[in-house]
Amino acid sequence: MVTQDAQLKSKEELMERLSMPEVISGSEILLRSLLLEGVDCVFGYPGGAVLYIYDAMHGNPDFNHVLTRHEQGAIHAADGYARASGKVGVCIATSGPGATNLVTGIATAYMDSVPLVVITGNVISSLIGSDAFQEADITGITMPITKHSYLVRNVEDLSSTIHEAFHIANTGRKGPVLIDIPKDISAAKTLFKPVTEVSIRGYNPTVTPNKLQLDKLVKAIEESTRPLILAGGGVVYSGAHEELLEFVTKTDIPITTTLLGLGGYPSGNDLWLGMPGMHGTYTANMSIQNADLLINIGARFDDRVTGKLSGFAPKAKIVHIDIDPAEIGKNVPTDIPIVGDVKTVLGLANKIVKRADKADAWRADIQKSKAAHPFRYIDSEDELKPQWVVELIHETTSGDAIVTTDVGQHQMWAAQYYKFNKPRSWVTSGGLGTMGFGFPSAIGAQMANPDRTVVSINGDGGMQMCAQELAICAINNIPVKVVIINNQVLGMVRQWQELIHENRFSHIDLAGSPDFVKLAEAYGVKGFRASNKEDAKAVWEEALNHPGPAVVEFVVRRDENVYPMVAQGSTIDQMIMGDSE
Amino acid sequence: MKKHTIAVIVNDQPGVLQRVSGLFGRRGFNIESITVGTSEEAGLSRMVIVTTGDDHTLEQTTKQLYKLIDVIKVIDLSANPMVARELALIKVAAEPSARPEILGVVDTFRAAVVDIGTHTLIVQVVGDTEKIDAMVELLKPYGIRELSRTGVTALNRGNSK
Repeated sequence: MVTQDAQLKSKEELMERLSMPEVISGSEILLRSLLLEGVDCVFGYPGGAVLYIYDAMHGNPDFNHVLTRHEQGAIHAADGYARASGKVGVCIATSGPGATNLVTGIATAYMDSVPLVVITGNVISSLIGSDAFQEADITGITMPITKHSYLVRNVEDLSSTIHEAFHIANTGRKGPVLIDIPKDISAAKTLFKPVTEVSIRGYNPTVTPNKLQLDKLVKAIEESTRPLILAGGGVVYSGAHEELLEFVTKTDIPITTTLLGLGGYPSGNDLWLGMPGMHGTYTANMSIQNADLLINIGARFDDRVTGKLSGFAPKAKIVHIDIDPAEIGKNVPTDIPIVGDVKTVLGLANKIVKRADKADAWRADIQKSKAAHPFRYIDSEDELKPQWVVELIHETTSGDAIVTTDVGQHQMWAAQYYKFNKPRSWVTSGGLGTMGFGFPSAIGAQMANPDRTVVSINGDGGMQMCAQELAICAINNIPVKVVIINNQVLGMVRQWQELIHENRFSHIDLAGSPDFVKLAEAYGVKGFRASNKEDAKAVWEEALNHPGPAVVEFVVRRDENVYPMVAQGSTIDQMIMGDSE
Repeated sequence: MKKHTIAVIVNDQPGVLQRVSGLFGRRGFNIESITVGTSEEAGLSRMVIVTTGDDHTLEQTTKQLYKLIDVIKVIDLSANPMVARELALIKVAAEPSARPEILGVVDTFRAAVVDIGTHTLIVQVVGDTEKIDAMVELLKPYGIRELSRTGVTALNRGNSK
């Protein structure tokens, strides 16, 4: 423990040194402020408007910057870092195209309530508004997709702005905050004094719930014969997994976790019903439809969960626990609204809740349904099935890996067949559904958790949207295991075209994709391929044991579909169960 | 669909009008009129927005507005007795022969003529929206050349709440 103490001491010394008031440039203020906020890793890409900022990084041993190969890679990496660590993710880009390349990543983080501080350079203040070279109104462009944004006008405001931005990003309902810094501001000098206090008049999130509402919840549980918990990303984001486990154990109420809620409750437990919604389990969906009490804990009744709203949970009294009052009643009328931080709410509720004693028959029915309707697929001995590949990954990592995904069929199979036991182990773009997110987010997740196995599951389509970041895995030896489930087609689009557009397959063929093994090797990353079970087991084991990054391509059949499926516009009890039944 | 008049107290910051109006736009909330000016407190502006929608929409509008960091307070003025006024400037065609008749209308409405041109008059009228609508209707037959309305500004009455 001597080394740890030494590390701690040197960190304290660093903080003390950084906190010394001194006349320095805006760029140095930025770097110091980030370090004082506890930022240990920043993803970015330089350019004209951020030259002073990158100049300040030059020869600065305390500041850890990862040069990505595209700004989109930088922000997805920062996002993955934030989701896997619970800390604020930070990225830096230059003005104009650098800033606009971040837009998809900002929207991704906004939709999934991920805390990011996004730094952009802008042209010199006096040129703003003149259509200057590489000028873009990035605060204007991102207004609908940021929690808040700043255009810094005076270097004197910079340190307080950064401190406020971190506070806003990581409290209340979390989200991305953008700080746009004109070039002259990053060059200008002023006396730097660290800011430690924050007081924002228009921002005061409600953390502690109303006691009367909690009493109503307790009473509703007592009276319910068919109670169900629907837990979402809010559980993970507020760090409430232990409180949730206690709540479920005390009340003995069955629980379903949304896509972003996976890992918020241990999937091995009997009361867990899997994921609800469009590709959710039969039992989760039917239980929602039959429940007389639905307790939503930190989920936002997204349309992929509710299906047709007017027919959603028709018999249930709705309880909704959320940090964001605007979510309550937005989509589903709520009987018992509880505004507050999920961890605080459940902590208080756990002191007074009792077991749902009238629900024994319901529990028994649910267990029967669970046994009768697990996720299932028709396995094959001749070809690889994508579901089998996810099962292989799950077994070989004992369910303890951090898994990131891209968007599409492989994402749903990963959600269905990888059984998570711990929070912050699952990184996926749920709200925006951003292709190109899976691989770079794994880089961030691995940077935040150097000692954990990080597996990034991608399709052959999404992988090609950010494949260039293989370079940073190679040079920084970031040992992400990149899985490509290659069905040579845009699978989810293919599935909808088959089922909804009567087999009119339009522009989904990904012929012309690179040889992914060679692509990996071109970047200096180990590449593997398998198209049968025996090879799959062997190469996957080799990839897992390889100390550095690896790309493993699993060649699977083209026309596998994700089931169950609820067609858009249907209620969630109208499930297409698929090939297997 | 009900008409609501809400006051939004905001930080007097660049871009704050864009944040508020952008929110209405992207969430599909309607803006019938919007006025912005300084408030009783330095550093804060008062916006008064007239919007239409059912109670659910009003609730969502209010909650979404509160999520903007620069929004300090949202008040549903029309939930309580209020004074709501707007001002209109109406440039009406007025040949000398028609002027006495127009001045009659102006007097009745306690409006004022604030400019006299060779062929036109500018009438200034202050009142609630209905009064201004009525004034505009009465002046139409003479030929309205230009019309400019401020939109509603409003306060709750002193004895309400």
